[in-house]
Amino acid sequence: MGGGTLLIPLLTIFLGFEQQLSQGINLLTFLVMAVFSLMIHSRNGLIATKNIFWIILGGVIFAIGGSLLATVIPSGILRRCFGAFLSLLAIGEFIKAFKKKKA
Amino acid sequence: MKSSLKPSKRSKSQGLDNSRPTFGKKIVLILLGGMIGFLNGFFGGGGGMICVPTLEKGLGLDNKRAHATAIAVIFPLSLISCAIYIFKGSISSLPLLSVGLGVLVGGIGGSIALKFIPSKALRVIFAVIMLLGGIRLMF
Repeated sequence: MGGGTLLIPLLTIFLGFEQQLSQGINLLTFLVMAVFSLMIHSRNGLIATKNIFWIILGGVIFAIGGSLLATVIPSGILRRCFGAFLSLLAIGEFIKAFKKKKA
Repeated sequence: MKSSLKPSKRSKSQGLDNSRPTFGKKIVLILLGGMIGFLNGFFGGGGGMICVPTLEKGLGLDNKRAHATAIAVIFPLSLISCAIYIFKGSISSLPLLSVGLGVLVGGIGGSIALKFIPSKALRVIFAVIMLLGGIRLMF
């Protein structure tokens, strides 16, 4: 989980990929990895099904909007937005790391 | 239709998690899902990091279940996003194979290494890399 938050900046910064390409590659690799994860998790009975239909329903609709927007805006702008998003997530991770001691 | 707006008697006696969701809760779940879907599609990832706390707080799942279920939630969203990226020509096929192979090897290696590294240290290392990457991308 969360591998994409490392893969996308890596591809964009060090390989000079367009932000959209990095993000697309991340989506694809996630899908491949997720197939294996889901098989293992469902065998262990860890996947809850109750009520998740509604989350997926809203998610799919807005995923279309988000993806279309990402493919039409300039790469540089998307890159900066992603950078801001990543920084916010990082701050969230810092807070979690120092709040939860038992984790 | 009126009855769907209020929690039914059955839901009270069985507790919230065993009941059918109320109309209001459905709307909240759809909106939360929408936020996850939008961000995951717009940024090509990261939806899971928002989905896990949503599942923990919204559906009362424990951390392990929330992580596993988050993958099941993100999967269809990523599928449709990925299809749009491909359709719009954002993904060229050339670097795909080499990167994919690297991620696969790294992923397997990482999941083995995960057992030997304390989770707090991992979280801090992870956050530092994310922050550095985030700042670098912004400027």
